[in-house]
Amino acid sequence: MLLTRLKAGGPAIAKQGILIAFIVFMIVFALMSDRFLTTANIMSVFRQATIIGVIALGVTIVVIGGNLDLSVGSMLSFATVLVVDLHDKIGPELAIPVMVAATLCLGAINGFLIGILRLNSLIVTLGMLSAIQGLVLIYSGGQNVDIADQSGTWFAIFGRGAIFGIATPIIIFLGLALIFHVIMTTMPFGRRVHAVGGNPTASVFSGIPRSRIVFMTYLISALCVAVAAIILGSRVMGSQNNVGQGYELQVLAAVILGGTSLLGGSGSILRTVLGVLMLAFIQNGLILMGQPYYTQWLVTWAVIIIAVWLDVAAKRGRLFSPIA
Amino acid sequence: MANLTQIPLVRWLMRNPIWGFVLIVFIFFSFAADNFFSGQNVMNILVQTSTIGLIALGMTLVMINGNIDLSVGATLALAAAFAVDVQSWAMFATWGNWQILPAVCIALLVGILMGAINGFIVWKTGVDAFIVTLGAMLGIRGLVFVYTGEQSFYAMNFAYSDFSFLTIGPFPVLAVIFAVAVIAVHLLLSRTVHGRNTYAVGGNREAAVNAGIRVGPHMMVNFMLIGFLAALSGVLLSTQMGAATPNLGRDYELWVITAVVLGGTKLTGGKGDIIGTLGGVLAIGILRNGMNLMQVPAFYVLVILGSILIAVLFLDKRFNRPADGGLRL
Repeated sequence: MLLTRLKAGGPAIAKQGILIAFIVFMIVFALMSDRFLTTANIMSVFRQATIIGVIALGVTIVVIGGNLDLSVGSMLSFATVLVVDLHDKIGPELAIPVMVAATLCLGAINGFLIGILRLNSLIVTLGMLSAIQGLVLIYSGGQNVDIADQSGTWFAIFGRGAIFGIATPIIIFLGLALIFHVIMTTMPFGRRVHAVGGNPTASVFSGIPRSRIVFMTYLISALCVAVAAIILGSRVMGSQNNVGQGYELQVLAAVILGGTSLLGGSGSILRTVLGVLMLAFIQNGLILMGQPYYTQWLVTWAVIIIAVWLDVAAKRGRLFSPIA
Repeated sequence: MANLTQIPLVRWLMRNPIWGFVLIVFIFFSFAADNFFSGQNVMNILVQTSTIGLIALGMTLVMINGNIDLSVGATLALAAAFAVDVQSWAMFATWGNWQILPAVCIALLVGILMGAINGFIVWKTGVDAFIVTLGAMLGIRGLVFVYTGEQSFYAMNFAYSDFSFLTIGPFPVLAVIFAVAVIAVHLLLSRTVHGRNTYAVGGNREAAVNAGIRVGPHMMVNFMLIGFLAALSGVLLSTQMGAATPNLGRDYELWVITAVVLGGTKLTGGKGDIIGTLGGVLAIGILRNGMNLMQVPAFYVLVILGSILIAVLFLDKRFNRPADGGLRL
């Protein structure tokens, strides 16, 4: 019975599965804790989610293009250490463009190796993960960096400021999400990324410059990391040299939860935002319920597998895999 | 150049570029680092690499299957926590040194169980192993924290923490265990039906199904094997440290995958062998050890390893063209 129901109504439900799960979690948490559904709490969760969120936007585009980017965590460490360190040396006006340029260079290396040389993206970015982490440590000499004059610098507005009562990181995150959503859904570039991810060979025969498109997706990913680094550096006013360690997989978890297929060719920016927020609210809700912070990992385990399972099941019309 | 490729050794090295690299760095460090070229240090390298090496053996099987396992670091930590903690259970209080036996058995069983869970989910749901084990990486780490309550466990039994100093003849026992595991998994992969099926499933899953291989259970067995090897690695690591910390094994999955890929195993499945993986593991081990002896900061090892990984991938693409296809998760 379950199977026939899945065939009939399944795809529609599974399509909105992440939204339904999101609402269910919100209701459960709201019932379990009276502090959960307050403006202050929701705003603070939003703000915490922006770092992973901004990076996840870029990674979503890379994944839609049929590749992976595991180097974003190290790259975040690199960019944050660089911008914080240069802030005191050459001032924030120069530190930000220099950092963005350096991060884009790393993105360009990724893009060159994967887009132009057509090397496997998982291994290249795995190698870059380790190489960039080494670079950060060499640059900082293993020391943590911080900004001396924390109250006098205008650099603080990116992480600590607010515009019309809404924290700047949230505005940056949602603004970027909106821009990328428009690019991916209405502009030729977005369609080309989808085409390259969906069927690389066909895209080349259709005259799409596959190499250049893949290259661009990695530049976008690096740009997102740079923006996240500005927010993070500005909020913390300092940086450990391994601050981004492990981010790559959390980001990927959010992207997967948002329903973006690792096969490439399908995915949506807005759903990634939903995936990011869901992980953040699960974390926050469980803590408000008095659970230790690590229970979120167990819940995330179950949520990711069930979400992707339902997605896969809806596509093949059967709950269980036909493999013997 | 044309003549050079006729020599069997050169051709073998072109197919296994990592062993050429191992040879070069070994010779380099023998001259550059004072204490590098000695039997004692070679044993050290084997002991140091045994942790990552054991897991890499299992990862080779899983990756030849066309799957991947990102949860090994967490499994290692969970097994280490059990191995150290179970010894102090009250029911084994009177067992003396025998209390180590149930502790290690339970730890290994936990590893197999974690692998079985991953394998079962991959088999039954048809969700890609990358996603399943990415979830498990977070989830099993959560289990570690739940079990340990964020505490580190310390081994009270000195027989346990002295185990890693034992030697069999001139060989440290950890190096012997690693060597035995290498030979066992190599034979499994090259001489048994299971090994041949491993290549078949990774090479062409549809064809393997049509050939009557029960692909699901087959993959599950390989996940259980890597779970076992990760747990064994965790047990050995905890004997070396005399303790188990909840953050043990963080980022090991990345090191292990690096080693296996350096060894020429394809992420797309169907290709790879234990000899290559051993080369990849040794490359990492020798680099770390040699640069350590030369007192180069550990940071540079990261940069060099990352660059080598990409270089090997590039060379592989140049020399072994047919294996094109790119990542298809």
